[in-house]
Amino acid sequence: MALQSLDIARRSATTTPAPGVRQTTEVAKLIDVSTCIGCKACQAACMEWNDIRDEVGVNHGVYDNPMDLTAKSWTVMRYAEVEEKGKLEWLIRKDGCMHCADPGCLKACPAPGAIIQYANGIVDFHQENCIGCGYCITGCPFNIPRISQEDNKAYKCSLCSDRVAVGQAPACAKVCPTGAIQFGSKEQMKDYAAKRVVDLKSRGYDKAGLYDPAGVGGTHVMYVLHHADRPELYKGLPADPSISPLVSLWKGFAKPLASVAMAAVALGSLFHYVMKGPNEVSKELEDELEKEDTK
Amino acid sequence: MTNHWVDLKNSDLVIVMGGNAAEAHPCGFKWVIEAKKDRKAKLIVVDPRFTRSASVSDFYAPIRAGSDIAFLGGVINYLLSKDKIHHEYVKNYTNAAFLIDEGFKFDDGLFSGYNAEKRSYGKDTWKYQMGKDGFAMVDPTLQDPNCVFQLMKKHYSRYTPELVSKTTGTPQDAFLKICEMMAETSVPDKTMTICYALGWTEHSVGSQNIRTMALIQLLLGNMGMAGGGINALRGHANVQGITDMCLYSEVLPGYLSAPTDADVDRKTYLEKRTPKALRPNQMNFPQNFPKWFTSLQKAWYGAAATDKNDYGYDWLPKKDAAYDVLAIFERMHQGKMNGFFCQGFNPLASVANKKKVGDALAKLKFLVIIDPLATDTSEFWKPHGEFNEVDPSKVQTEVFRLPANLFAEETASFTNSGRVIQWHWKAADGPGESKGDIEILAALFLKLKAMYAKDGGKLPEPILNLTWPYRIPAKPSSAELLMEISGKALGDVFDPKDKTKVIVKAGDQVAGFAQLRDDGSTSCGNWIYSGCWSQAGNLTARRDNSDPSGLGQTLNWGFAWPANRRIIYNRASCDLSGKPWDPKRTVIKWTGTAWGGNDVPDMRPDAAPDENVMPFIMTPEGVARLFAPAMADGPFPEHYEPFETPLDKNPFHPGNPKATSNPAARVFKGDMETFGKAKDFPYVATTYRLVEHFHFWTKHSRINAVLQPDQFVEISEQLAQEKGIATGDKVKVRSNRGFIKAVAVVTKRIKTLDVDGKKIHTVGIPIHWGFKGVTKPGFITNTLTPFVGDANCQTPEYKAFLVNIEKV
Amino acid sequence: MIRNPKDLARYDAHERANHWLVGICFILLALSGLAFFHPAFYPLTQLFGGGVWARILHPYIGVIMAVAFIVMFFRFRALNVMTPADKEWLSRAGEMMNGDDHNMPEQGKYNGGQKAMFWVMALSVLLLFVSGIFLWRAYFSLPVDVVRLGAVVHAAIAAIMIAMIFVHVYAALWVRGTVRAMVYGTVTRAWAKQHHRAWYRQVTGKS
Repeated sequence: MALQSLDIARRSATTTPAPGVRQTTEVAKLIDVSTCIGCKACQAACMEWNDIRDEVGVNHGVYDNPMDLTAKSWTVMRYAEVEEKGKLEWLIRKDGCMHCADPGCLKACPAPGAIIQYANGIVDFHQENCIGCGYCITGCPFNIPRISQEDNKAYKCSLCSDRVAVGQAPACAKVCPTGAIQFGSKEQMKDYAAKRVVDLKSRGYDKAGLYDPAGVGGTHVMYVLHHADRPELYKGLPADPSISPLVSLWKGFAKPLASVAMAAVALGSLFHYVMKGPNEVSKELEDELEKEDTK
Repeated sequence: MTNHWVDLKNSDLVIVMGGNAAEAHPCGFKWVIEAKKDRKAKLIVVDPRFTRSASVSDFYAPIRAGSDIAFLGGVINYLLSKDKIHHEYVKNYTNAAFLIDEGFKFDDGLFSGYNAEKRSYGKDTWKYQMGKDGFAMVDPTLQDPNCVFQLMKKHYSRYTPELVSKTTGTPQDAFLKICEMMAETSVPDKTMTICYALGWTEHSVGSQNIRTMALIQLLLGNMGMAGGGINALRGHANVQGITDMCLYSEVLPGYLSAPTDADVDRKTYLEKRTPKALRPNQMNFPQNFPKWFTSLQKAWYGAAATDKNDYGYDWLPKKDAAYDVLAIFERMHQGKMNGFFCQGFNPLASVANKKKVGDALAKLKFLVIIDPLATDTSEFWKPHGEFNEVDPSKVQTEVFRLPANLFAEETASFTNSGRVIQWHWKAADGPGESKGDIEILAALFLKLKAMYAKDGGKLPEPILNLTWPYRIPAKPSSAELLMEISGKALGDVFDPKDKTKVIVKAGDQVAGFAQLRDDGSTSCGNWIYSGCWSQAGNLTARRDNSDPSGLGQTLNWGFAWPANRRIIYNRASCDLSGKPWDPKRTVIKWTGTAWGGNDVPDMRPDAAPDENVMPFIMTPEGVARLFAPAMADGPFPEHYEPFETPLDKNPFHPGNPKATSNPAARVFKGDMETFGKAKDFPYVATTYRLVEHFHFWTKHSRINAVLQPDQFVEISEQLAQEKGIATGDKVKVRSNRGFIKAVAVVTKRIKTLDVDGKKIHTVGIPIHWGFKGVTKPGFITNTLTPFVGDANCQTPEYKAFLVNIEKV
Repeated sequence: MIRNPKDLARYDAHERANHWLVGICFILLALSGLAFFHPAFYPLTQLFGGGVWARILHPYIGVIMAVAFIVMFFRFRALNVMTPADKEWLSRAGEMMNGDDHNMPEQGKYNGGQKAMFWVMALSVLLLFVSGIFLWRAYFSLPVDVVRLGAVVHAAIAAIMIAMIFVHVYAALWVRGTVRAMVYGTVTRAWAKQHHRAWYRQVTGKS
């Protein structure tokens, strides 16, 4: 949703810079997986605050429900049973938009202003500008956005930009009963995470660490993981996410290059015509045929 | 809870056993996380399943459902045999030194005095040896073979790690690791807390499950300490309030034991319940029983209660038999009950053996449902496919549904697990024609009273004499009721030390139960709540969360019973001389002239340490009871198998079939036959809640239904393989009482256990589905559960029974 | 322009209609596609009633074009088989561009350049159609990597094809007397004799 109280840093399908004089603090949500109990209060809060209600599904033999992100489920908990050195661990991860510093969705989006990156780091979809092409899905390294079957608009977690704009924490962070979801400036969140990592290491999780992947320029939703060396244990969290080279190629330098090439062909033709003149039927041939006719 | 929610953060070791705090109490569980984050506390989870609590634990051990006493008895044996106990605490603050009657015996699973026919104990030998001075005899050296300490040591010496592991299925090394971690808190400045819930209570040995842990906490010196205690996590926001107000037949408000047919008059009744001190100098606080009871009578009958008529003692119902929930439905099932008012209760779903409950309800003339929701019970008569197969033509019951408000639609109070009474304000009006429960009951009462007044009746006095002093009789306010509960002076109340000094003027609210009198000059609806609405106003509405001690005591937030005390038995947090065992976590201390500190002392404020007034003021002994004759099924907890056990004998008493299951648990005629046998039903089932739902309420809520839409059961990968079940398959789970169908969740989180040489599989069954609501329709889980309860309080055994499972 | 009864028929009405159906579809596709290709072209969506309509219409037009193109493909496939003379023509295309067509080998109905264009177009339409299906989220849901590949292929081929069509259109304009072939269906005999002498001989029987 459009929010004048948040400064815009980047806008989809816009080639000129956004106003950038004002400085805003970068925010971040930190999900401490090691203190998350998988209660789904975040899912409930998300539904309530954003006024979305997904369908009542069925059980698929797992705790996950809804089974995946949808246009009406902007966050879901994913449950993974992992046996590490004979010790069972139940790794529960809240999945949703990571609010990348370098957002693949924004890069891919062809509709000006349909995807916005605020100066505080939040990446937000403005559905009124969305044309429903799904390029955001193609561009996302985390498989997050979903197109609604009802209105053909793309949806995902907004990090409650409307709440953040008025100094509130996102709804999920607000309700998280164990404090596993923290919200604050990105610096604060990194400091907090560092403390959590020390605690986890003291409990035998040698590889505990912060998930803030550099491949997408860092994210504004970060995880504290017990096994930061193997994010994929957490139901397929990508180990080293980045915008796909295909997307970079498609939406990167090739785009202006191809535009110039097309223009060059058009201009080349024009200049060819001007310089070389038209290719006309030769006078001799015409005369020859005229002669034939008059015979 | 002896302590309170926030106090969990002060613990060094949190045990979650007999409960799943993260699942059922996610908000309170934050304090466990705080303890982990800020105190480096460790969390241990012992459960048949690797639960959500276990997912954030430091150590998890599996256990067979229904074998907790074996496990905890083993811990006691470990602590005693390794001498990992808090000696000074045990010696001074428990009845370890007390000498027990020489006739007391424990023989192959049965305590002395057992009557097999009545399935109960005569307690003649379960008592202290009394000295000539009228006090109980003690041996401070703890060496006398008849002292509690030695008896206890002997009793639990049988609980060897081998036998524990053989009975519980917990691997021996895991069991010993937990013993070791618990033992570390026997030093004075380390505490352990226990969070339990219905995973302990809902057994035929439920009360003793809890007592076994209480023994451990006493041996470790953790009672009364910040970050210690025995903490029952209550299953509703206000279930503590319900028990405190005693909306059941065994006791009157404030846990005053209810009169029975044997208590022919007030004098007899009071004498039996007003104990004499068993040791010198003890407070023996229950000696004040007559003050509490008389004030309660005055609260009920007002001016009609006078010393001439025993304050209306004869108008009180006298209990002639059991009236617990199982007994009620047994009576109904026998056709001995005509009508049933069912308020905020969904017994078809929540009482054991759904078929028996449904059959019982069908024998009523009328059933009145007072509830915000269209409950399953309110449609027990209506066919809902295979989820509720019933023939309405065979049901004679007339059902009335009175829509009630939800808690958020009322201004009133909640009492949380930590005994903190908190006023809350109405958030919205109830929908449609719904009314508050108080208003509904007032309307019923006034109608009934008018009928008695007009037509008379067999015994009109209890109704006609009931005082009803509310400003709008048809609509008493919560505030008026809480003031009545808190109590007031009807006449001037004088200082007992100076009979001329008025301490409370007639008409004023009392400041606490110390001001209550047994001469009719005070009224109080519930002595333990006394003072919650004093002359200073409604203290339950206070919202000052300042916390000068940093312990989370917040004495100006709400009002904790009793006397705004946040940690009960807090005198035990100090040594004999009044110095805190752990000065960093000072709850209270002796300041030289009085007790003070960060809590309301659980002690006479001016009782100097050298007066030797012991901390457990609610016992006539002044100390905590390791040996507790009040229990129906034995003064020491003993392991008994669930009534449906996968074993053919009790591994502790293989030669005595009488001691297989709790010999003192009540079994109704005909119910013994409904228990299944392991050969037909080889798997241990246990029922539980899920965090996404709240009992049978939230199946009516769309959001909750989205989060957990569909009924399922959980089984291990091993059992799934044996039965050819894949995750997501539909399965049928049968007990000897019926069946349910659900989706199978095949999980690594349930392990096959090795018990007494047998492979024991566990089937986990969440409870939340039914045929009413917006979730996918499901079966009532209590179709499966057995109709037998704990020997002391008759809580049904929902947590351990036998089933079979097959793919459908 | 004077229509001479002796003009030669180059395309019948069906062929012309077929060509222009493809042509119009292509123009619409290029305009709407370019709008999504680069922000500079996004205003082109206004021609279609806005971004959402452009997104909705583009794939349907694509399907129409693909079908029309297939018909056209089978009409002209046989005429576009490459011969050694075509290859020679192609090797001398530079001279022709320079305005000197004296050394160009004799050409049938289509010269080497036109034939090359035909096959490039056919391949491009095939690729655009298949990759376009990958991107059509209203009906298809494919693994994201397939979609990403589809997006790159679609954009790259579209750019190539747009460039090719520029060449195609320019060639028609540059070689005077060509456009009428696709408008009225006829060309002058002189035009035919100059540019497609073999075809001229074939249809007139003259040398």
